[in-house]
Amino acid sequence: MVIKVSPLGRKLLRDLWRLKMQVLAIALVIASGVALLIMALTSGEALRETTNAYYERYGFADVFASVKRAPERLMEKISRIPGVKRAESRIVHIVTVDISHFAEPATARVVSLPSSGVASLNNIALRKGRRPKRERVDEAVIGERFAVAHQLEIGDRILVLLNGRQRPVFIVGVALAPEFIYVIAPGGIMPDDQRFGVIWMNRDALAGAFDMEEAFNDVSISLTRGTDAEPVIDKLDALLERYGTVGAFARDRQISNRFVQNEIDQAATMAVVLPAIFMAVAAFLTNMIMTRLIATEREEIGLFKAFGYSNASIAWHYVKMVLAIAVLGIAAGFGLGSWLGQFMLQMYGENFQFPFLIYRPSPQSFAIAALVSVAATLLGSMTAVRAAVILPPAEAMRPPAPPTYHRSWFSKTKMANAVDAPTRMIFRRLARWPVSAALSMFGIALSLSVLLLALQWDDAINEMVDDFFFRSHHQDATISLFAAAPARVLHDISALPGVMSVEGQRIVAARIGHAHVVRRQAIVGVTGEATLVPVHDVSRGAIAIPREGVVISSTLADVLGVSYGDAVKLEILEGRRPTGEIRVVDIIETYIDTPIYMHLDALSRVMRESRQMNTVHVRIDATRRHLFLAALKETPRLSAVSFRKAGVQMFRDTVEKNIMVFIGFYTIFSCLLAFGVIYNTLRIALSERGRELATLRVLGFSRAEVSYILLGESGVLVLVALPVGIICGILLSGYIAEQFSTELFRVPLLIKDATAGIAAIGVVLTVSLCALIVRRRLDQLDLIEVLKTRE
Amino acid sequence: MIALSARGLSKTYVMGEIKIDALRAVDLDLYEGELVVLLGPSGSGKSTLLNILGGLDVPTAGTVTFRGADIIGSSEAALTGYRRDHVGFVFQFYNLIPSLTARENVALVTEISRDPFSPEDALGLVGLEARLDHFPAQLSGGEQQRVAIARAIAKRPDILLCDEPTGALDSETGLLVLEALERVNKELHTTTAVITHNAIIADMADRTFHFADGRIARTVINDHKRAAREMSW
Repeated sequence: MVIKVSPLGRKLLRDLWRLKMQVLAIALVIASGVALLIMALTSGEALRETTNAYYERYGFADVFASVKRAPERLMEKISRIPGVKRAESRIVHIVTVDISHFAEPATARVVSLPSSGVASLNNIALRKGRRPKRERVDEAVIGERFAVAHQLEIGDRILVLLNGRQRPVFIVGVALAPEFIYVIAPGGIMPDDQRFGVIWMNRDALAGAFDMEEAFNDVSISLTRGTDAEPVIDKLDALLERYGTVGAFARDRQISNRFVQNEIDQAATMAVVLPAIFMAVAAFLTNMIMTRLIATEREEIGLFKAFGYSNASIAWHYVKMVLAIAVLGIAAGFGLGSWLGQFMLQMYGENFQFPFLIYRPSPQSFAIAALVSVAATLLGSMTAVRAAVILPPAEAMRPPAPPTYHRSWFSKTKMANAVDAPTRMIFRRLARWPVSAALSMFGIALSLSVLLLALQWDDAINEMVDDFFFRSHHQDATISLFAAAPARVLHDISALPGVMSVEGQRIVAARIGHAHVVRRQAIVGVTGEATLVPVHDVSRGAIAIPREGVVISSTLADVLGVSYGDAVKLEILEGRRPTGEIRVVDIIETYIDTPIYMHLDALSRVMRESRQMNTVHVRIDATRRHLFLAALKETPRLSAVSFRKAGVQMFRDTVEKNIMVFIGFYTIFSCLLAFGVIYNTLRIALSERGRELATLRVLGFSRAEVSYILLGESGVLVLVALPVGIICGILLSGYIAEQFSTELFRVPLLIKDATAGIAAIGVVLTVSLCALIVRRRLDQLDLIEVLKTRE
Repeated sequence: MIALSARGLSKTYVMGEIKIDALRAVDLDLYEGELVVLLGPSGSGKSTLLNILGGLDVPTAGTVTFRGADIIGSSEAALTGYRRDHVGFVFQFYNLIPSLTARENVALVTEISRDPFSPEDALGLVGLEARLDHFPAQLSGGEQQRVAIARAIAKRPDILLCDEPTGALDSETGLLVLEALERVNKELHTTTAVITHNAIIADMADRTFHFADGRIARTVINDHKRAAREMSW
C-alpha cells in the first residue's frame, strides 16, 4: 500500500524531525503531567474500587459501638431501630500475647467469631487454614501480617493473656478483615505488625474468659440503603447508655476506614495540583516553539497563501504539528502512568491489608489525561497559529520589521557605562521581551518548586519524628493498664526490674463539643510534674499543665471552632459518665493526633474519683531491659506495652520507604520540567540570534564570548528563578501539606536550607546540561551563511 | 609593502556528487594602504576569496600570508585572534546588533581591541556624530551601513574587507557609504578590498581584479582614481 502524503504533510513530518529535540523536550513535560495524572486517577480509583468490593463482599458494617457489658437480649431492640438492616454483637478485647522467640510482649485485639455459622458483618477473609471448630476454646485465626511478622504457621501455639489468665491458643487459620485494612494499636500512630495484631476466637471461648455469657461488648450495624447514620447512632447511644458505651460512630470515624479514605482523598489532590503545573508549562512551551516556528516560516506561509491554500488549511497544518507533539507526550504518559498507577496500588497493597487488589483503570482516566493535554497544548499554540492565519500574504513575503529597542533610564546612568556591550545585549533583550523572559523564568522556578516539594518531604517527616518521638516523648516504654488503678500502681511498676523512673497518666474516653460540632477524643490527665511525657507544643516545647481547664490541640480547636477562653461541653464516657462545661485554657500545636489534656487532679475531680491512672510511662535501664520484658510478660493487669524506640523504627521504615520512592519520581519529573523549559528557551534564543552571534564571531569574538551572550541570558533567568522557585516551592509544599493534613497527621512545613540548596543545585545542573548541548550547536554556527542572508 | 599575500588558493565545495571549484589556484597580493575592487558575476569566487582572506573559511589548497605569517592551518582560536586584531568586515546587510545603539555597536568591537578609536571618533569619521544613541531600527539603510563601517574601522584594522557594501542601498546613499570608505582608506591608510557587482565603483580603486570561473581573469591598474563624490550610477 502506498500512503500518499501531501506536500504540507511532508513538510510537517520534516519540521517535526528537524525540531526533534525540542519536540521531545515538550513531549516529555506532557508525558510527565499525563503520567502523574493517570497515576493519581487510576490508583485512587483502584483503591476505591478495591475497598468498596472488599467492604461489600465481607460485610463491612456501617455503624460501630462498644460498651462495657450489655445483655444479649438488647440486640433485639437494636435490630428494631429504624434503618437498621442487620445488627450483630461481638466480644472484643485488647490482650497481651506472649510469643516465644519475641522478647517483648505483643498486643492484640481479640475479636469473637460466631460459635456457629459465619458472621454477615465484618466477616473475615480466610487466607490459610480454617475457622476454629465449634466446641474449641483454644483455637484461633490470626491476622496475616501478625502471622508473617512472627513467622507463625498453622498449628503453632501462642500464649494469650485472657482476662489476667495466660492460655495456650493454637493457630488454625490466617485471615484478613475489612475493618482491619489498616491495623493500628490503640493510641499508636503507625501499624507495627510485630507488636500489634488481630486474633479471632470463638465467641464461647471469649465469653467464658471475659465473663460475657449472654452478653456482648461490641456491636456492628449495617444500614438499609439510603439511611442516614446519625439518627441511628443517636438511638443506639440511647439504648447503650446504661451499659457503658463510649459512643457509637459511623464508618467515617472507623480508624482503618479513615486511613483508607484519606489515602483516596490524597490521590484526588495529587490528580489536580502537580499535573496542572506540568500542563501549564507544556502550554507555555508549545506557545514558545510554535511562535518561533511560525515567525521563521513567515515567507513560506505567504507563499502557501499566494498559491491558494486557505487560512483554515494553514491553521490546520500548524494545529496538526501541535497535536503531534501532544500525542507523543500522551502516548508516553499513558505507558508511564499505567505503570506508576500499578506501582502505587502495589504500595497501597503493602501499607494496607487487602485480600485482593482490583486494578481496572477506566478509560475515563485516560480520556481525561488526553483531553487535558490536548487542551493545554492547543491553548498554548492558539496565539501563534492565529498570527499565521491573519498574516496577509503580501506582508508575509516581506521580512518582519526589525524589533525596536529603547534606552532605559538605567542605560543612561553612570553605572551602565561600566557594563560591557555583550552584557548590555543580554539585558536589552530581557527588557525588550519581558513577558517571555518572565514566563521562561517562571517555568524554571516551577520546576525548582516541584523538586523542592519532593525533597522537603524528608525534612518534614524527620521533623515529625523528632518532635513526636524525641522532643515530646522521653520514656522508653508505655504500659497501658486494663483498668484505671490508684496512684500506688506507680510503686508496683517502679519495683519491676530495670525501671529507673515512672510517670502516670489517666486517659479517658470522652466527647468534646462546641455549638453543633462534637468529636470523640480521649482526654489525657497529666500530673503537674510530668517530665517523661509532658504536654508538648511543637514550637513552645514542654508546657506546664494548668491546674484547671482543658488544653486542646489547635486542629481540634479549629474543628470545634473554639478559641482561648471559650467553654466547651465535655462528656466523659467512662465511670460515672459526668458531663459539664469546661474552659479552654491553652491551645497547642501538634503534628500527630488531636490530643486534649487536663491536670490529673482536675480530671479526677470531674470524674468524681480519687487520683487514678491507667497509663504508665517508664524509663528503663538498657542493661536490664530483658529482665524488664520478662517481668512484663508475667504481669497480669496490663493490656498493652509499646516501646518508643520500636515506634521510631516503625515510623521511619514505613514512611521513609514510601517517601524515598516519591522523592525519586518527583526528582526525575522536575528535572524533565527544567530541561523542557531551559532547552526550548535556549534553542529558540539560538534560532533567533544565530545571525547576531555569527556576526560577533566574524567580528573577532571567541566562542566563549559568544556563548556568554546566549547562555548569560539564561543565567540571568536562572538567577532570578532560584529565589522565585524557592518561594513557589514553599507555597506549593505548604499547600500540599495542608491538603494532606488530617486530624491524625499534619505534615509540618519545614524546609531546611540544605534542602533548598540541593534543589537549586539540581536545577542548575539540569540547566548546565542544556547549556552544554546548546553550546555545541553554537560552536557549529555557519559564519559565512549569515553574512549572505538578510534576516 | 605587501600586507596580505595569497598563493595558489583553491577552494572546492563537494555537494553530494557534484564538485564545485569556487577558486582555482588564485595568486594575489594586497599592498599596504591600497584600495582594491573585486568585480565579477555571482559565483565567480570573489566572496570565497574574501572569506578566506578574512579568516572565515579555509582553502582546499594554497597559502595566505599576513605580514609574513601563514594564517592557513591556524587554530580556531588563532583565526579568531586574527579577525579580532587585524581584520575589519563590512557586510551587504550591515549585520548590526539591533539591541545596541550605534555607539554601542561600535563599542562592541572597541572593547575587545588593543588600540581602538573611541566609538564617538569612529562614528565621526563616517559622519554620524549626531546619531550616536540611535538604535539600528531608527537609522536609514545608509546610516546603518556607515555604522557598520565605523564598527569595522574602530579597531584600526590592517585590512578592511567589504562584501557588497552598497548592494542593498540606492545610489545616493551608496555614494555616502563609498565616501566613508574612501576617507578611511585615505586618512588611516587601511588596506581595503571591496567586492561589488557595480563596475563604476572600480573608478575609485587603485587596482581592480576581474573575476570569472574562480580565477582572476585580469587585473587593471587605475592611474586616474576618481573621488567617490564624482561618481554616479
